Amino acid sequence: MKKEELIAKLKPIIEPYVQDAEAFKNLSEDTDFVNDLKINSANLVDIILDIEDEFDIRLENEDMEQMLDVKSAMSIVTTKISK
Amino acid sequence: MEAEEIIALLPYQSPFLFVDDIVAVSENQITGHYTFKEDEFFYEGHFKDNPITPGVILTECMAQIGLVCLGMYLVKDELSNSQKPQIALTSHQMDFYLPVLPGQKVIVHSEKEVFRFNKLKCKVKMLNEKEELIARGVISGMLKVK
Repeated sequence: MKKEELIAKLKPIIEPYVQDAEAFKNLSEDTDFVNDLKINSANLVDIILDIEDEFDIRLENEDMEQMLDVKSAMSIVTTKISK
Repeated sequence: MEAEEIIALLPYQSPFLFVDDIVAVSENQITGHYTFKEDEFFYEGHFKDNPITPGVILTECMAQIGLVCLGMYLVKDELSNSQKPQIALTSHQMDFYLPVLPGQKVIVHSEKEVFRFNKLKCKVKMLNEKEELIARGVISGMLKVK
């Protein structure tokens, strides 16, 4: 999957939980879920569960710990769907 | 795991403990109850000369039984003497149907929807002794053994 395609799929998953709309408008690979988008830890879990459903993958605790920004989310999803 | 063991793990005490007993608990659900005492501290102000249990207190009671007690049961194998779970309420959506008056007993029943990555989300309902619905909703929290 192309990067742009992947970001386009991730954006609607992330959007309902975003607290900083301005940061979401400028979303890039470097956007941090907690520091930029002001997403809380419980909603970060919701995002992970929604990502699992969208891409039909299963994420583990270590994936969760790494998933701090858009870039790491993309890399984890890319690794999982290629398996 | 016995009800007393679960209640002993709770980080609350009077006047903010709203669990009397747990009557059934499993990996997927829990049932417990609490009787609101005539002299609970909040009746003095809610409302003036017209004591009715505040909705936030009903929600708290439902969270303590439905989420925290169930959560303690779910992480029981990770607990040791030195480790107490950290808990935080993260969201709730609640609908209320009947008022709860001083002295009334309420029964709380909760079903686990998901418990992953330390987040526990449950469908919780509160009934009176006539089994009439007082409130129902969804409560979520984070629960982590340090």
